[in-house]
Parts: sequence; C-alpha cells; structure tokens
Amino acid sequence: MAAEKMALAKAINESLRRALDTDPKVLVMGEDVGKLGGVFRVTDGLQKDFGEDRVIDTPLAESGIVGTAIGLALRGYRPVVEIQFDGFVFPAYDQIVTQLAKMHARSLGKVKMPVVVRIPYGGGIGAVEHHSESPEALFAHVAGLKVVSPSNASDAYWMMQQAIQSDDPVIFFEPKRRYWDKGEVNTEAIPGPLHKAKVVREGTDLTLVAYGPMVKLCQEVADAAAEEGRSLEVVDLRSVSPLDFDSIQASVEKTRRLVVVHEAPVFFGSGAEIAARITERCFYHLEAPVLRVGGYHAPYPPARLEEEYLPGLDRVLDAVDRALAY
Amino acid sequence: MTVESTAARKPRRSAGTRKSPSTKPELVQLLTPEGKRVKNAAYDKYVADITPEELRGLYRDMVLTRRFDAEATSLQRQGELGLWASLLGQEAAQIGSGRALRDDDYVFPTYREHGVAWCRGVDPTNLLGMFRGVNNGGWDPNSNNFHLYTIVIGSQTLHATGYAMGVAKDGADSAVIAYFGDGASSQGDVAESFTFSAVYNAPVVFFCQNNQWAISEPTEKQTRVPLYQRAQGFGFPGVRVDGNDVLASLAVTKWALERARAGEGPTLVEAYTYRMGAHTTSDDPSKYRADEEREAWEAKDPILRLRRYLESSNHADEGFFAELETESEALGRRVREVVRAMPDPDRFAIFEHAYADGHALVDEERAAFAAYQASFADGEGA
Repeated sequence: MAAEKMALAKAINESLRRALDTDPKVLVMGEDVGKLGGVFRVTDGLQKDFGEDRVIDTPLAESGIVGTAIGLALRGYRPVVEIQFDGFVFPAYDQIVTQLAKMHARSLGKVKMPVVVRIPYGGGIGAVEHHSESPEALFAHVAGLKVVSPSNASDAYWMMQQAIQSDDPVIFFEPKRRYWDKGEVNTEAIPGPLHKAKVVREGTDLTLVAYGPMVKLCQEVADAAAEEGRSLEVVDLRSVSPLDFDSIQASVEKTRRLVVVHEAPVFFGSGAEIAARITERCFYHLEAPVLRVGGYHAPYPPARLEEEYLPGLDRVLDAVDRALAY
Repeated sequence: MTVESTAARKPRRSAGTRKSPSTKPELVQLLTPEGKRVKNAAYDKYVADITPEELRGLYRDMVLTRRFDAEATSLQRQGELGLWASLLGQEAAQIGSGRALRDDDYVFPTYREHGVAWCRGVDPTNLLGMFRGVNNGGWDPNSNNFHLYTIVIGSQTLHATGYAMGVAKDGADSAVIAYFGDGASSQGDVAESFTFSAVYNAPVVFFCQNNQWAISEPTEKQTRVPLYQRAQGFGFPGVRVDGNDVLASLAVTKWALERARAGEGPTLVEAYTYRMGAHTTSDDPSKYRADEEREAWEAKDPILRLRRYLESSNHADEGFFAELETESEALGRRVREVVRAMPDPDRFAIFEHAYADGHALVDEERAAFAAYQASFADGEGA
C-alpha cells in the first residue's frame, strides 16, 4: 500500500496497525476496542491481529484507563488509549491534568509520558447528550499536554504516527463527523512537523482559521464566498497546543482579516487565544477585529437543535461579511 | 412513596446488634506491644529465618527514619521547609513492608512514605526538595524503583496497577506495591485500581496504612466495614496487620508479594496504625481529637516494642543502642546541613521540563522572560 483512498477512521486504524506492527511497546486500550473494534470501528480488527495483550478491552472506567496507561508508560510502554466519547473524558481529567501532564516536569525530565489519548469529538451526528462536545480548550490550557486534531484522512494517519512517537502526552481529538470522509493517504510520504499548520486554500481577502471538523466547513465557506467574488484563505491549524501562530500571522499579514471557527463554545475557547495573540502580533496589519464563530455559552443542545448551535455555512459567511464590512 | 421505601429510609437502630461474622476484624500480630513474640501459623514462616542482625537492622531503620522525620519537622519550624508530612508512629508499617521488597520490585508512594524511601536507598535529603519548594520531587524513580511522591490522593494506585500490568506483559516476576491511606480508600481511583488489577490479575500489593485519620476525619467517615474486607468484593484477599508491628508488617507483605510473583494477582494489606503527629506541619490535631487516644497508641509504639523484644531475647546489647544513637544524631546533623545549603533553583527552571520534546509557546515565553530579566540595569533580573 502506498497511496490509497480511505475514510478518516480507516486511516487512524491503519496508522494504529502500523504502530502496533513496528513497535512492540505500543498498546491500544479502551472500552470496546477489542472484538467490537470500538463504537466507531476505529480499532476494527486490531485485536484479532495483535492479540488481547496488546489491544486491550478495559473495564468501563476512564480514570482507570488513563491512570493505568501512565503506569504502563512508566514501565516503558507507549499506550494509545481511547476515550469512547468527548463527554466521557472527565472522569479521566484528573489523571490527565494532575499526573499525565505534569509527570515529566515533576521528575525533572527523568520520566517520559508517551501516552496518546484518543477522543472522538464534536457534534453533527445527531447524538444524545455528552456525545457531541468539543473540550479541546480544557486540555490546551494545561501545560505538559499537546493537543492535536486532524481534519482529513492523510493527516489523521500521519499525525497519529507522530503522536505515538512523541515522548509527550498527546490528546488526539478525532472529528467524529468526518470519520467516514474519504481522502488520499500516502503511507510512504514524508510528513511535515506535527504541530505546524497548513494553508489548505490560498486567498487574499480574509483568513479563516479552523481545525478538525470545521476545516471542511471553512473550505465550503470559501467556495461560497468565491461565488461572490471574495477570496478567502483557509488555514488548517492541525495542532491546538502548541499552536502555530506564525502561520496564522503570515496569512493575516497578507489578508488583514481573520475569522476563527470552532465547534467549541466561543467563550474562553481557542479562538479567544488566537484573537488575542494575533491582535498583538498583527495590530497594524488588521483592518477589522478578529471575529470568532463557535458554540454558545449553553450546554450542548439536544440533537434537533444542534444545527442552530454549531457553526454552519451561513453563520461563518455572516462573520466574513462583518469582518469585510470594516 | 411505598411503605417499603419509607421503611428503608428509617435509621436502622438494630444495626449494632446484627451478627455478621465477616465484619469482625482480625489482626495479624507477631510482636505484642510488650515486645513478646506470638506465634502465627499462617505468617510465621515468612520471618522464620530472620537473623538477630536483620532484626537489629529493622530497629535501626525505624530509629533513623524517626530521627530524620523529627529533623524535618524541626526544619519546617525553623523556616527551612515550607511543609512537612510526618510519618511518626507509622515506622513499623513502612519499614516492615519496605524491607519485604526486592530491588526489582517497584514502589508507588504517597507523600508520607519516608520510611519506605529509606528502605529503597533514596537519600533522605532528596525527599526534602519538594517540601522546601526547590522542586516537585526530582529524584530519578528508576534508580531505586521508587516512584515520585504523589500528592493527589489515591492517583498512584492506578499507576502502580498499570506498571504491574506491564510487569506481567514483560513476563517478569517482579512485584509492585502501592501505598495509600484510609482517606484514599474513598477515592474512585483506588476502587478502579482494585477493579483493573483484579481483572488483569496484576502483580500488585495494595498497602493501606490506616492511620485512623484523614486530616481531621476519622476512618468511620470513610467506611462502614474494616478496609481490608473491601478486597473481597473485588475478588482478591485482604488482610489486616498490626501496622505498629514491624515483624508482622514484614511477614504479611512478603506473603502478598509472593502471591504477586506467583501470578496470583493483587492483595490488599491494611496496616492498622496511628498517625501520632499532625497531618502535616500546617495541621492542628487538638481541634479534632483527644489526647487520650494518642496516649493509648503511644503504648503500642513500634520502636519500643521491637527494642523490648531485642533486649529480652538478647539480640542487641547496650553498645548497639549507643552506637545507633550516635549514628542517629549524625544523620540529623547531615540532613540539617544539606537542607540549609540547598540552593534555590535557577529561575529558568520554570520552563525547563514542561515538555520532553519542546513546545513553541514555552520557547516563546522563556525568551520573553529572559528579555524581561535582561532589561534590568544590572542584568541580574528582578
């Protein structure tokens, strides 16, 4: 297999397979990751091929999953753990924040924590409560963690490879509504750095910054805007921590306008950090304040209302209009 | 509301009279508080071959640990340490269990395991950095197979379980021991570690020092059953040992470690002991517990009882005790000197180990911090 078209979920599956195959220290663990292959089938077939000792069905206890992964990492393993859904990560939040994130610093660098925490996240799939959230800012706020989110199959494949190779803990947010989106994956490519953003569409009038599930939306927004004669640049951040401010800055110095889009609530979201830093860096380049489009400061709504809550084509276009009106 | 559910909500006044053989605590003891060796059919074999020299060694460990602990308390009072968590009264539980371990076993301590650290060969002065505020631990866990002190209550029991799962995967016959307290027994992480270790049959010993107090809350605020009995519900054995009896603590831990090595899975050991001092130097036990309770436990002192045994069995002479006294004072002096000379960390240590592979923001902030410091006229920073 060199280049092949596959769904994003399958790309992660192939990436995990490659890691399990090449490094005997890599483990996959989580609820239902074995025979079932995970509720989204991301780990489908892995237990069959690598055994129960390496692809581990765990008790239904998220803190226990991350806590034991920390212990396994101390023993020299490289666990990739799955949290079944975004809204279920909180029992593990204590272990992630107080232990996983701080162990390297606490030990003055003597202990490494090569643990990947996979979290399917975001809405748009008509799910029940706790199955559609975007808690990435809660992790990006914590020093010691790295936070990434691929937007397409190729990035999902390669970013997973790089996350597993990282000696730092990586929170790997998988855009669940894009699991079934297909893209070309070249397994012999040489990937760029994990924490570098990519300009996925060049433009001159305004920059749209997004990551994970919102990148595709922003590309659609750019298409729609193009019909109105507006040229939008789209930057796929890929990494929320560290965050590639240099790439955003370079784009904004060119376009002079910036709109940040994420599903997570706007209030204290990653867009707030981007707005603050880009304003600081690009104060004399900006023609308009940095605008943000995201979720509201309300609990994630029942599925019948999620289209109202989530950033959609029109809501992003509205922000684009407002930014261009300055 | 049905009659039935109303009844269930009434206090059960008959609870105290219900007979339940499974809730009667049994205590493994090999040395009485008076220093008399008592036979125990199940556990005698684990200390049967112990030599007088080894017994003196256990005594020495306990005396030096207590001396170190007292010095640290003094250093806190003198302002050299910000805080100290004394192990006073728990020496036997820690030295007994600590000396049961092999070098290749791995220890996951709380922040009070100074006696276990001593057994592992961690220099006691290394423990003081975090209490002085110069680091958050900082010893290399892998040089003595002694993990860093964990402050969040109960978290380390899961790390121990994961580590033990790794030991089993490696096919090694090492064992892992997780220390925690009666307060921690209420934490979800401890329950989850019991579940995980039982399900995976992990070679881990859960060593709970029930010192009766979680800061100001007595054990009755944590549990309605003796803690060791909780193991049964998870599918592995639990045993309560006299935590002020170093010999019994040693024997029971050896038994539990042997089970782990033999692939028989986890064991819960509840070492029944008493926190003679405050929770930490910031605490004031006079607010919540009676002096009489402490006095009652003083009579069960772990060091005194072994001394009585050593003396009555002629295993140690005056010379030994005198020599140990000198060694003890020398340790106190050394600890004092090392702590007083302990330098503050370099200010850039803030950024030093935040990440293993680096982080752009940390680099940026370090550079900004350096520029800020360099902006002062003398170039020495603020």
